Amino acid sequence: MRDVAVIGAGMTMFRRRLKETGKELCYEAAKMALDSAGITLKDVDNVVLGSAPDAFDGIHMKGENLSDGSGGYRKPYMRVFTGGGTGVFAPIAGWWHVASGMADICLVVCEEKMSCIQPHPQAAFAHIWDPILDRPLKPNLVWIFAMEMNRYMHVHNVSKEDIALVAVKNKNNALDHPCAQLAAKITVDDVLNSEMMAWPVNKLDISPPSDGAAALVLASKDMASKLTDNPVWISGVGWSIDSTMWTNRDLYFPEYVAKAAKMAYKMARIDNPKKDIDVAEPYDPFDYKELHHMEGLLLCDKGQAPILTKEGVTQRDGDLPVCPSGGLLGVGNPIAATMGVKACEIYWQLSGQAGKRQVPNDPRTGVCQAWGDLMQFGSVMVMRK
Amino acid sequence: MTEKIKHFPGEKLSQKQIDEGEVTTVKHSPNVKYAWSCGEAMSRFLNEMKKGKLIGRKCNKCGRILFPPRMFCEECFRPTNEWVYLKDTGKIMTFSKSYLDTNAKRIKEPILVGVIAIEGASENMGFMHYFGEMDPDEIKIGMRVKAVWKDEKEREGAVTDIKYFRPLKEGE
Amino acid sequence: MAMLEKTTDVRALRHWEGDMEADYIYTTGIAGDKFFKEIKENAKITGTKCKKCEIVYVPPRMYCERCFENLEQWVDVSDKGIVHTYTICNMDLDGSKMDKPVIMAVIKLDGMHGGIIHKLGEVNPENVKIGMRVQAIFKNKKERVGSILDIKYFKPVK
Repeated sequence: MRDVAVIGAGMTMFRRRLKETGKELCYEAAKMALDSAGITLKDVDNVVLGSAPDAFDGIHMKGENLSDGSGGYRKPYMRVFTGGGTGVFAPIAGWWHVASGMADICLVVCEEKMSCIQPHPQAAFAHIWDPILDRPLKPNLVWIFAMEMNRYMHVHNVSKEDIALVAVKNKNNALDHPCAQLAAKITVDDVLNSEMMAWPVNKLDISPPSDGAAALVLASKDMASKLTDNPVWISGVGWSIDSTMWTNRDLYFPEYVAKAAKMAYKMARIDNPKKDIDVAEPYDPFDYKELHHMEGLLLCDKGQAPILTKEGVTQRDGDLPVCPSGGLLGVGNPIAATMGVKACEIYWQLSGQAGKRQVPNDPRTGVCQAWGDLMQFGSVMVMRK
Repeated sequence: MTEKIKHFPGEKLSQKQIDEGEVTTVKHSPNVKYAWSCGEAMSRFLNEMKKGKLIGRKCNKCGRILFPPRMFCEECFRPTNEWVYLKDTGKIMTFSKSYLDTNAKRIKEPILVGVIAIEGASENMGFMHYFGEMDPDEIKIGMRVKAVWKDEKEREGAVTDIKYFRPLKEGE
Repeated sequence: MAMLEKTTDVRALRHWEGDMEADYIYTTGIAGDKFFKEIKENAKITGTKCKKCEIVYVPPRMYCERCFENLEQWVDVSDKGIVHTYTICNMDLDGSKMDKPVIMAVIKLDGMHGGIIHKLGEVNPENVKIGMRVQAIFKNKKERVGSILDIKYFKPVK
């Protein structure tokens, strides 16, 4: 397998509602990524598009529809979709193209337009449930997060205050992100006093639905050496899925994230992620998920993530900065386009381009992770300078 | 990135701008209906629900009794072997008290919902259902509960043939 | 093994009914909004031109899908063109027969690349020919809302 580098990235604003069509969002992010890599569409061999359910944009065969805005015109093109895991899975699929030798330059674009569906993206999420077992009970997607959060709190005896610290940190970090939808200085009390949605989840525990797009340019070693003196290498990839029977699993620990992480760490020759990882962007659609995923990524022992957060270890200037971008909680959650605050952010951090969000002390190894479906799918990517 | 790039694209829109026709839009409501085949396992599951019973399937290789039942064991990746009747009692594995209904509308009295691991099946073999006959403050992980069924003539072969699970009383 | 046995009593097999409820509001986009507003206000069809590829896109796009350049040059496009291909529809969306057939065509307007889809009107199906010249017939200004349906149909012209 060949070495693969990230040589450029781009993203649009994340907002609840953007005027651009899905295609236009793809174009904006893709053009920015190509410009930042110093190349044009002619130089791109393959294109990978990541986008979550067709039901959000309301266009069947969304991948095909978005292809021309993503630079896929008469090129080898594929769309991948693993629910919320798409933001890291799409660059992994891009990696396949370059690592295998099939492409020297692969453009990866992720898009989501959640504002089309009325009255609220919940209407699309409703169809993720099993039609026979779950839907007759008229569930709301927040229930399944609430039940997982409850289980996590119960097994590790974690309080809501401990968990709220993550929302406070990430929304604060997002103040330095130019695309952020919900950046704010909030307190733990603000989180606890915000509207109760489904116990134990309050409104400020959750990231918002968003429109947005992001893009990455991946290159082979030869191309990277010609085009840039600041490449960031993809040194490990991993992905895994658990059974759909989520009611048959103990939800307190995401086994599938651990499996994906082990796969990525093995490839990257990382024996001790706690020590070897300098910066991490785990998926944080809810505040407790950052903790859940830190443990799934083996960045700390089970039950330890809340303690590290309380001690400030996960702040930008701490020993293990987590979600320095501001994450989904602060910047926004346009499902697949969250690649912008996960894979793109690790690229910008390791290449020293993160501006005001830059974590100090020259980070050299970073990990990003995304997660999707019915508490099922984990995708993990390790990057190195 | 942030220092070199001066402009991040994305033109924000408000619901008001859309409602007032400030931008052109197209509205559409798809009319999509489904009749999903339940398959062997879920058909039997629903027929047994109508009779007021819960049923699982056993995989003879790993020995797990699977609930909800399936015709293949996803771990051993082979067909399952026998039907096993289960109790209609179990333990609360996790729960939530929801102040949102299915349309994300706010409600005053919370819906108590969670996962119940059913007795007679293997460990952690649960399904989602409502809880009732308890105060929201009473509900706890680990609590033992029992199904409250609809009257026989009201049951139709659906997961809602059980109204909810209630706490097991002393001596039950 | 049960999966491989035949099911002898089909009444034991059930199905579960449901639907996918959803409503959608699609924005027409940065380029699309300008295009439809020109149609609404001025009954004018516009496009964007890619100088490099020498293509005029209708409906206009903000980017050229071939060379990926930003397209900033807007041009007026004729409301006349030729029928590039067409079909005569006798059934509606539900599969029921329509009283009067609808003629759908791809119309290549003068000066544009490719074509747009619309209805043909004021013509009998047997008189439609590929290459036929047609012209857009717009609704009255007060009936126009900024939609592709602001054009009622295309009708044959000399």
